[in-house]
Amino acid sequence: MNGFLIEHAPALLIMLPLIGAFATPFIGRVSPRIRSAWVILIMTLTTLTALLLASDVFLNGTQIYVFGAANPDLAVPLDSGGIPIRIIFTVDAMSALMQVIGAICGFAVLLYSISADRIHSGLESFYTLFLLMIAGIMGMVSTGDLFNFFVFLEILSIASAGLIAYRIDGGLAVEAALKYFVLSTIGAMVILVAIGIYYGEYNALNIAMIASRMQFTLLDQIALVLIIAALAMKCGSVPMHFWTPDAYSMAPSSITAMLVVASQASLYGLFRVVFTLYNVTLNAMTVGWIIIILGVLSMVVGVTMAIPQKNVKRLMAYHAISQTGYMLLGVGVGLAVLGNQPLMDSFGYIAMEGGIFHIINHAMYKGLLFLTAGAIFFRIGTYNLNRMGGLGHSMKYTMIFFIIGALAIAGIPPFNGFASKLMIYESVFAFNPVLAVIAMVVSILTLASFVKVFHSIFMGPKLPEYETVQEAPAPMLIGMAVLAAIVILFGLFPQAVVDGLIAPAAHALSDQSGYIAAVLGGA
Amino acid sequence: MDLLASLSTGTGYWNPLAWLLATVIAAVIVYLVWRRGESGYKKGTAQTTPFISGNPEPGKEMVHVRASNLYWGYLDALKGYYELIVPAHTGVVNDYVLWYLGVTAMLMIVVVVFI
Repeated sequence: MNGFLIEHAPALLIMLPLIGAFATPFIGRVSPRIRSAWVILIMTLTTLTALLLASDVFLNGTQIYVFGAANPDLAVPLDSGGIPIRIIFTVDAMSALMQVIGAICGFAVLLYSISADRIHSGLESFYTLFLLMIAGIMGMVSTGDLFNFFVFLEILSIASAGLIAYRIDGGLAVEAALKYFVLSTIGAMVILVAIGIYYGEYNALNIAMIASRMQFTLLDQIALVLIIAALAMKCGSVPMHFWTPDAYSMAPSSITAMLVVASQASLYGLFRVVFTLYNVTLNAMTVGWIIIILGVLSMVVGVTMAIPQKNVKRLMAYHAISQTGYMLLGVGVGLAVLGNQPLMDSFGYIAMEGGIFHIINHAMYKGLLFLTAGAIFFRIGTYNLNRMGGLGHSMKYTMIFFIIGALAIAGIPPFNGFASKLMIYESVFAFNPVLAVIAMVVSILTLASFVKVFHSIFMGPKLPEYETVQEAPAPMLIGMAVLAAIVILFGLFPQAVVDGLIAPAAHALSDQSGYIAAVLGGA
Repeated sequence: MDLLASLSTGTGYWNPLAWLLATVIAAVIVYLVWRRGESGYKKGTAQTTPFISGNPEPGKEMVHVRASNLYWGYLDALKGYYELIVPAHTGVVNDYVLWYLGVTAMLMIVVVVFI
């Protein structure tokens, strides 16, 4: 039974949320309670499947799943001329890590959302789109097929746009969703053009197949630029970040936390393309520096735009942009020295590990911070920092969770953000000290920004208008507690996390030949 | 998997448990010093009432420093930077698309022309 589950886990990861999503409107007609139980059941099963699959991948190596084949690991049919013609999911350690991030965040956010969003109408559509979002994320990080990647990207974008617009909010949320949707659609169409280029050139859509034939021709260079720009825009990199504060601030907080993971799925796509599809065929130093510059711009502009914000979610959205910069910086440095084994061994792998470690850390603490902002909105009905104060008297647990998230994002020990930032600082310093100094200054500004937020929300005397405010409901606190526990545990045992999850992911990402062999090994 | 292992950063090491132990020891020392302090402090007496040159204490909503009043000096010092960067965030989707296309064009020049 266990073997059967593991064998079909890649398909189950998509199937479960899809079935859950399409059944939710019907089950919702029976009773809201049964609908909530159904959604929690589906998300629990999806999370368990992701953890099961990840444990297998980290123990036994890359797992492939061929849809429609007589055998799920039969990548290349005998009569296909050596081309993997079917849709193939290729789950290596990097994919498994991203699945774990999506599953854990999705589970915690859903627990929170069941309580936070219960007062709203149209929850059947809300949870349908939520589960479609999960399916989109899981598909993007699992697939080994470029066109399939585009399909899941579109599923994710459509579901996300619907959820951003969910509260309408006098039309503001709809406007934010429209901006997100316009940019997402243009980005996705551009990616489709790039995929068309690969298909025209290499007669294949499978990532491993294209990677094995990659020539880095002029057309490949054009396709590379189209994909880098589109996915960098989708992950909120400066100067293509403008949609991020609009969308993050107008979406319900539970959805904002998931939008962070959705952005990271795009970041994963970017890394997958440059490392697995192109690898050493491209000019790694030039493309590495492009990613580094996008990262530095994101770090600096993100944090400096965050400081003057008055809307707490908008402020946090700018910090999300800033933190994405750290991931781009770390992995960009790894890319810049790709192909130079002594430099890779000296600091390249550590930089990549730092960047990848920061992806999972950021998903946890930024998700936590958005959930605390949502809990505050749930109780006082505003995101305006100028109207807040003294809530530490009445929302003690929320305040503790906020402190944990704020210290983690600012890179204060012993929380998880410090561990990944330390890896980035030291490895990037070996590459270029100026970049490390910028990264550290950005962390200081992040701390300054969150000191302001903490003071504005929680400090000061209990304000008369908030005399009757109570702590957030228990399910919301449980959702926050799940993420806070991970933030603390990853901070206290960082090397165990690096050894168990991060280093295998970094090596899988940089090991193009291993990826190709896993899919085309028998071809 | 060694849970207690130090984090290797390539050029150094970091052990959060050792840091935590040091923090606990420091906290104990701070507590011991604090215990030697003045013990006559009484809550709710004149000792805890703010002295504002003899003026009455304003209402609680009046004494809380709001977000807008924080970091005024920082924002003023970087006024030139913010005068450039804030207006770039127009909120108009046409501008967002232009930025995206501009960056794509610039990357195209760098990658296709100069590589």
